[in-house]
Amino acid sequence: MKVIKEKHAFAMRWTHWVNFPVLAIMIWSGLLIYWATGVYTISIFGYTLIKFFPAKFYEFFNLRRRLAEGMAFHFLFMWFFAVNGFLYILYTIISGAWRELIPKKSSFKEAWLVVLHDLHIRKTTPPQNKYNAAQRIAYTSIIIMGFGSLVTGLAIYKPAQFYWITWLCGGYHFARILHFALTMGYMLFFVVHVVQVILAGWNNFRSVIAGFEVLEVSAVPEFQPLPEEPNLKVDPNEPEK
Amino acid sequence: MSQKNSTIEQKIKRRNFISFGTFAVFSAAAFGGWKWLYNSEKEEMGITARARLPLRKAMNKTEVFFRNFFSNNHLVKTYPKSWAAKNVRVNSQIGLEKDGFNPEEWELSVIKGDKDILKLRMADIKALPKTEIIFDFKCVEGWDQIQHWAGVRFIDFVSYYHLENQSKMQYVGMKTPNSKYYVGLDMPSAMHPQTILAYEMNGEPLTLDHGAPLRLIIPVKYGIKNLKRIGTISFSDKRPGDYWARHGYDYYSGL
Repeated sequence: MKVIKEKHAFAMRWTHWVNFPVLAIMIWSGLLIYWATGVYTISIFGYTLIKFFPAKFYEFFNLRRRLAEGMAFHFLFMWFFAVNGFLYILYTIISGAWRELIPKKSSFKEAWLVVLHDLHIRKTTPPQNKYNAAQRIAYTSIIIMGFGSLVTGLAIYKPAQFYWITWLCGGYHFARILHFALTMGYMLFFVVHVVQVILAGWNNFRSVIAGFEVLEVSAVPEFQPLPEEPNLKVDPNEPEK
Repeated sequence: MSQKNSTIEQKIKRRNFISFGTFAVFSAAAFGGWKWLYNSEKEEMGITARARLPLRKAMNKTEVFFRNFFSNNHLVKTYPKSWAAKNVRVNSQIGLEKDGFNPEEWELSVIKGDKDILKLRMADIKALPKTEIIFDFKCVEGWDQIQHWAGVRFIDFVSYYHLENQSKMQYVGMKTPNSKYYVGLDMPSAMHPQTILAYEMNGEPLTLDHGAPLRLIIPVKYGIKNLKRIGTISFSDKRPGDYWARHGYDYYSGL
């Protein structure tokens, strides 16, 4: 029979779904800004492997010559990003949900088992509570990354007034690189996250919108009336026929 | 199917309906809100222009918030002279049009009040104490460069020419002689100890490209506020016009 099991609190679902469009706008407006000095590349031995970004990319997403617009959007939606993130962290602290979220000592070993399992290399299912070891690591990382975006963002936004933040981030240049790299990290996370959600299926997806999952339980003892008293008259040692 | 099972089935249906219904309504509202913002009207030409009105409001509110952190004790990081770029980047020539400009005949007009204009020659400015700064010049576009400038600090200039009353006002406006480029500065930023009316770069007199004979170097602002070839300085309690703020950029543009 089916049983409803509560999984995700309202605060978690709310902040998750607010964050999604807000972060999308932050990334888009960030690209409008980045275009103006889009200098980052990945090079090995002087050979450029990847250029962030090729002209076609800017053209395709219509990101060119929109710096003022990008800044205006970026410095409005940063408030929603920050407040929403702050509310989520507040919720995990007050509710104690952080206990299910932050990695345990064993998580780092277990996470490999999760990866091997998900890649269909290992058959055994690793322990899955609310979040498995790999999820604990991934979801905690993404929150730290969000905080990192905030801090590195401030470091390049107000390097004179918050000079100590800029210093902590390794200077203006490095802070800008980190800010950019974190964004690339979100894109990577997004791809893996969406694939995993699709693979995990409807029940899991629903729990992040409706809050509950439906479990199939084979027997619930208290509702099963015993047919009759156990027959104690039968000699238990007598072999069955 | 037992009685118990069907009520659970109903419960699941009901909760699905409520949750997904609410989710759809909020998503639609968020999308509508985004459409509204994205298509919102742009400002009329004024002191600022070309930004979507709600975004301009947000910029101004954000300015008010971050002004709380401004302090004359927050100095921009300085560097040894040897770090300064030899080829100093020229990013814009707006306001530097040839149109008959002769640096030899240049005069600085300081508008002290109605019909009270202080006219200064280069020699007057060079007679004031000289201050050097080697700092990381930051462009709103995202690039930066360590540059070496020298000139008179704006606070020294104000105190020497007894502009105390003027400096009690909220804004300073600066314009090129042909008025094609102009900036508005909040008084605290103008009076910041690292704000300089510069006439030297890398120990040499400014070139025309870099704003000869006198330009503004204001390290607590993006490059767009570092006006070249100052013609006029004025004071006001209202925001003076600002070239890039009229192109959708934040008026404050403070770092």
